[in-house]
Amino acid sequence: MKRSLWLRLAPYLFTLGFFAVWEIACRAFAISSFILPPPSAIWAALVQYQKPLYTNAFHTLWMTTAGFALSIVFGLALGLLVGSSRLIYAGLNPLLVGFNSIPKVAVVPILVIWFGVGWQPPVLTAFVISFFPIVVNVATGLATIEPETEDVLKALGASRYDIMTKVGIPRALPFFFGALKVSITLAYVGSVIGEQNASNLGIGNLITRASADFNVPLIFAALIVLAVLGVLLVAIVDLVESRMTGWARRSQMVNG
Amino acid sequence: MTATCRRRPSGSFDALDLAGSRLSAFVELHEVTHVYGGGESTPAVDGLSLKIREGEFAAIVGPSGCGKSTMMKLATGLQRPRRGTVIVAGQEVTQPIKITGMAFQNPVMLPWRTTLRNLLLPLEIVEPYRSRLRANKSDYVARAEALLTKVGLEGMGQKFPWQLSGGMQQRASLCRSLIHEPKLLMLDEPFGALDAFTREELWCVIRNLHAERGITVILVTHDLREAVFLADRVFCMSARPGRIIAEREIDFPRPRDLDITYTPEFASVVHELRGHIRTAREAA
Repeated sequence: MKRSLWLRLAPYLFTLGFFAVWEIACRAFAISSFILPPPSAIWAALVQYQKPLYTNAFHTLWMTTAGFALSIVFGLALGLLVGSSRLIYAGLNPLLVGFNSIPKVAVVPILVIWFGVGWQPPVLTAFVISFFPIVVNVATGLATIEPETEDVLKALGASRYDIMTKVGIPRALPFFFGALKVSITLAYVGSVIGEQNASNLGIGNLITRASADFNVPLIFAALIVLAVLGVLLVAIVDLVESRMTGWARRSQMVNG
Repeated sequence: MTATCRRRPSGSFDALDLAGSRLSAFVELHEVTHVYGGGESTPAVDGLSLKIREGEFAAIVGPSGCGKSTMMKLATGLQRPRRGTVIVAGQEVTQPIKITGMAFQNPVMLPWRTTLRNLLLPLEIVEPYRSRLRANKSDYVARAEALLTKVGLEGMGQKFPWQLSGGMQQRASLCRSLIHEPKLLMLDEPFGALDAFTREELWCVIRNLHAERGITVILVTHDLREAVFLADRVFCMSARPGRIIAEREIDFPRPRDLDITYTPEFASVVHELRGHIRTAREAA
């Protein structure tokens, strides 16, 4: 077979291989499905609980997307602000790093006090956990404009706004999309944490209830659903990215 | 000043003020001192004076780190001098002046724009082109394509800069520095990263552009052959803190052919300049 075909098949083959090894290991070592259920048991749980899994997954997807959208808007705005001024960068940097170091699980009780149990804690947890990488990357993209590029523009009498729109923002786009891929998975972590602690709906809540019932295959089924959703959203971000910043992947375009 | 005057031999060399007063100076640096940062570190240039006539092709050579690029930034207003005055086109320079085009060793093309749109960038910024951009778009595109043709990049406008070779990118960068028809062209080691053949080709491109447009050119370089081949006058700078230690009129008749670089007269001028650079490096 050709190498390129192998390359295209590799993701599927590796995934199948992973589950095959898992299944074989569970059977070979006779691991109890209470400790680590084999993929076949998880599949059975997926089929058995498909209805609650479906509705809760949809809810989680909704929470995550809402939190993620918030973090794109605020992350982009703050990133542009921080990246465009060295003073703001210096001033806000310790605050941002400090804020990012706070475990977001610890924030959920505060959100519950403020908003009660409902959709707000998951959305806001997803937001606070996922907006930091966007801020940092957008700011870095803006702050690392080559001095010579800036000189070329300044010598033409370009204003800061010109430099920002003609160079800064296009240049920061690959950084921005790189951050989105990290952020989208973080947003999942956030919304599930929020749901586990402060919601009556969603995959996070389902996991909490399943673990109270010691329904380990259902827990794993819920985790698999989360993983699949995560892969899907990253694939969407990838698609948008390749449309908007194809120039940043020049080597592939030249060779391919 | 006294030390620099002593080292500048009379005879084949013009005294500085004499050269300036003969024709009105287009670019004039007068006793300019510049220190980077706020501190008291060694100045990048100290007591630097030079005058360049309108339409002249001036080359500035010197040992590395002598403040050649600083001099360029001062002349274009990208940096303000600590002391001294910079006058361009009869006006003191207090902010970036828009009548300049610049090209660097690194072509600094924007990778997300096609070559053609890279060329149009100055027109999106400099007035009066900026406000007429929409109405005159097709004129501007035609102008950019004409420039591309002139430097041997015909039909390359739709390619992205990273699809071009280093020499082609540098040609495109030259086009960009000329598209808004600047009065002053600043070249900071524009051919430093190119192979010898491409470099000589581009010398001819620059030579022709200068002859055609009568533009004032300041070329910063460490290639003495390049300086002598292209320039009307070569200025030698001392090691940091930089100042002018010698200047040499190059009176080979124009248009010059690449063949003159192999004549003994050419070689002797290059040798003479090399002597100045050696002195400058030993003094450091």
